[in-house]
Order: sequence, then structure tokens, then C-alpha cells
Amino acid sequence: MTPEEEKEFIRRRKNRNVVIGLILAGFVILFYAITIVRMGD
Amino acid sequence: MTTGGGAPETGRPLHIEKPHLTTTVASTATQLPAEWRDFFALTKPRVMSLVVFTALCGLLAAPGAIHPVLGFTAILAIAMGAGGAAALNQWWEADLDAKMKRTAKRPLPSGRLRRSDARDFGMLMSGASVFIMLVAIHWLAAVVLAFSIFYYAVIYTMWLKPRTPQNIVIGGGAGAFPPLIGWIAVTGEITAMPVLLFAIIFIWTPPHFWALALFVKTDYAKAGIPMMPVVAGEKSTRHQILGYSVLLLAVAMLPWIIGGTGLIYGISALLLSVLFVVLSIPVGLRTSQPDDRMMQEKRLFGYSVIYLFALFTALVADRMVLA
Repeated sequence: MTPEEEKEFIRRRKNRNVVIGLILAGFVILFYAITIVRMGD
Repeated sequence: MTTGGGAPETGRPLHIEKPHLTTTVASTATQLPAEWRDFFALTKPRVMSLVVFTALCGLLAAPGAIHPVLGFTAILAIAMGAGGAAALNQWWEADLDAKMKRTAKRPLPSGRLRRSDARDFGMLMSGASVFIMLVAIHWLAAVVLAFSIFYYAVIYTMWLKPRTPQNIVIGGGAGAFPPLIGWIAVTGEITAMPVLLFAIIFIWTPPHFWALALFVKTDYAKAGIPMMPVVAGEKSTRHQILGYSVLLLAVAMLPWIIGGTGLIYGISALLLSVLFVVLSIPVGLRTSQPDDRMMQEKRLFGYSVIYLFALFTALVADRMVLA
């Protein structure tokens, strides 16, 4: 793997990790909100 | 999700014959990890926008109320289910997509994504969507959502699409589920109204898609898909487009006829559906010429998308006024 490819590899991996992290955080917030709503039922 | 590398996989866990699939997708799969955008593209975002819209309309038109958080969750689950089914569809049809100009640039045929990654992503999205619907919304909505994913990914994509020219008629069922599920998410039951919403999209799909197939038929023939214009011929397809358009007029009026909606929907459905028939008449009765620009077919296809958005918007507007 050339230095350029390695740089691109790291960039893509980082971007994917950030997106997965944001999605997981979103689900944590969503399930918290669902729990609050369901407790009020 | 794993990093890309090597030749795309050709083995599959399901033993269903695929005689029409003889080529492999691009063998230039990069060594680099796939971009998150490629996974997003697997969900067919354009189709998903229509799914989200019709599901939202089903949810808003249903009698009763749902907490906004739960409403959002239901729509999210439906969108995730549609995205998962779309990913499974592209996983299965990667070879076929590579043969068609319209689909050759998708992540799998272009080699930007590994096949197994698409399969795993599709399974994860599908499973998560049903789980969320089950624990957060309603068991019946989860059951119908699970069936809709199975219907699209297995019954339509793997079984019927490569085998029958009626594939689009049957496939229309898959796209018809979202408003039904949205409705069930609110009411928890299946009644005549959501079934009619299902029927509207079911009947709308053949003229919508065959209008497209008429002007991209070369692509489908090349890929070996038994699309109606390829198998039954252009004349028969045109007649069927007209027939389904007339049927759509009748079905679209039913929600108003049975008293499920008010005049806002009734008048809108009548005007929109009559225009649909009017635009279908030249498509249904004419014969294309060599080097035909297919303007009537393209116009009908474009209008069919507007039709569905307008009809479901009218449904929600009607409900809002009645409420």
C-alpha cells in the first residue's frame, strides 16, 4: 500500500467510524425518548 | 462491514437457480474500505423517499393519534426496512445490475463494495427495523414490516422477477406496504382503508414502471429480465398500461366511496386519476416508430410520480380537515 493509499484508507475508515458513532448515538437518544414516552403511557 | 479486497464473492447461501446470471460484477474491487456513502446508496435513497412519504401519509391519515416520538420511530423503522430490503435486492442482483446502463454504477457492480458486505448490511438493517418496530410500536406493524421485507427481497427479487413478465405487478405489492404499516402503527389493526391505500399503490405500479420500461427496454432485454415489453411485446404492454390506469381511477375513488375520506380527497382523486387516464390514452393506443423519442411515455412516467405524491397529500389534507 502506497503512502497515498494508506492516507485514503485511514480517511475512509475514520469517516465510517464517525458515521457509525453518530448513528449509535442517535439510537441511544431515540431509545431513551421511547422509554420516557412508554413510561408515560 | 469489512474492508474491500479481492474478487467479489459469487457463492450464496440460498440455492435458487439463476440461469440468467452468467457474468460477474466488476473485478476491480478496491483494497480500500468502502465509503459510508456506498452503504447509503445501497438503501436506494430515492425509492426510500417515496416509501417514507407514503408511510408518513398512512400514519397521518389513520384515525387516532400517535406520540411524535413513536411516529418518528415507526417511520424510521419502515425506512430502515425498505433500505435493508433494497440492499438485499442489490446484493442478489449485482451481476444483473452490471449489465444495465442505469444500474451499472451502483456500489456493487462498480466494485466499490463487497457483496458480502451488502448482504450483511441488508440483513442488519432489516433485522433492526423489525426489532425496533416490535419493541417500540406494535407487534402487528412489525409482522407486516417483516413480511414486506421478505416479499421484496425473496418473493420478488429472488423468485418472481427473473421468471415472469408479471414481475412488476407482483413487485408493486412490496412498494404498497409502507402506508399500510404506517396506518397499523397508529391503529394496531388492519381495516378496509389501509388495504385500499395498499391497493392504490399496487395498481399504480404497473403503468408507472411499464412506462419507464418502454423507453429503457433495451437495457432489460440485455439483462435477460422478462419485462413485459420484452416478453409480451410493446402493443400488449401499452394496452395493459391503459387498462391499469382505468382500474387505478376506480380504486383511487374507493376510499371516498366507502366513506373513509371526505370531498377533498374525493375531488382530488377524481381529477388526478382522470388526468392519469388521459395521459395513458396516447401511450396505450400508439405504436412507437424507429428513433422514437417516447415523449408520451416519459410524460406519463413523470406524471405518475407526481400523481402518487399529490394523491397521498390530498389524503392527509382531507384527514387534517376532518379532524
